[in-house]
Amino acid sequence: MATVQHAVHDTQGAYEPSLFGTYSKKIGMWLFLASDSLTFGALLFPYSYGRISNPAWPTPFGKESIANATIMTACLLSSSLTMVLAVMAANRGDKPWTRNWLLATMFFGAAFTVLHAMEWTKLIGENMTPSGNPWSAVPLFGGTFFTLTGMHMLHVTIGVIYLGVIALRKKFLPVLLALWLVGWLITPASSVFHAGIHVLLVGAIVSAIVLFLKPKDYDANDVEVSGLYWHFVDLVWMFIFPLVYLMSTKI
Amino acid sequence: MHHTTAAQGETKATYLWVWGALLLLTAVEVVLAYKRVLPPVHMLEVLLILSVVKAGLITMYFMHLKAELPRMRWLLTVSVTACFALMWIFFFRDADRILTLGVK
Repeated sequence: MATVQHAVHDTQGAYEPSLFGTYSKKIGMWLFLASDSLTFGALLFPYSYGRISNPAWPTPFGKESIANATIMTACLLSSSLTMVLAVMAANRGDKPWTRNWLLATMFFGAAFTVLHAMEWTKLIGENMTPSGNPWSAVPLFGGTFFTLTGMHMLHVTIGVIYLGVIALRKKFLPVLLALWLVGWLITPASSVFHAGIHVLLVGAIVSAIVLFLKPKDYDANDVEVSGLYWHFVDLVWMFIFPLVYLMSTKI
Repeated sequence: MHHTTAAQGETKATYLWVWGALLLLTAVEVVLAYKRVLPPVHMLEVLLILSVVKAGLITMYFMHLKAELPRMRWLLTVSVTACFALMWIFFFRDADRILTLGVK
């Protein structure tokens, strides 16, 4: 078998300069985010279409729900601030503060997910399902609401796991597995989250594959790329919050 | 090879200002929704404009798109906006038609 020689990426002149003046990982993440924004667009536009074309569209979100969603928004905005501070710390080579800010970001992200799960549980308790709701005869409301917000909740959860891998590397795996086990045990079997919590197990398996097959010390570029993903999750919520919650307030 | 790095020329104070502006815009959205000063279609337009402003602040400052080369900034912005414009044209004109003309 022929020996394959790998070129050293930083060698001057080995490659042409990047067309976009930055490293390929960041360009890759931007391209992914552009495509992911279309996924969310394809969910947000039908929801908004249904909302404005149906005078009978339900408006179930009272003061309690709006207050909850506003706190969730504040959590995500604050997580973006801590994330950008983590990127700053990584750029100046301050590893302890990079990890601290990443952990703070994960805390806000986890708080967002828990608050969102509570909101879902409340709505499901009021007999809202993907195919029906107790407030009106518009079945699309449940389907579009759960798909859109569920997709976003999944993105936030993946983001928290991604940041955990960057911040703690292999040390994050037992933490994630413990969270999965505790979450699974304390969630009632009748709750949708009793099955949904297995996302953490899948995340732990994928993280383990990445961490063991390609172990590395994540640098400032990795922190910046993970930050792009996290800010995008925040950005999407800036559209979901007004379109879903504020357009359907119950006064 | 020249690579742009994040946070060129930006300080903690800049990020705190952006964070404060985002929180303020969120508060404005909540007040608008509770006052119900506009009918749903116009409320949707106002909320969308505020959301686009917030998205702009996040991408330009937190995601540092401002610090990237203009060709990257424009390529991303124009391509994504064009796709959303297509979605807007197909969905919202039709939704408005249903409201103003009724379902035939």
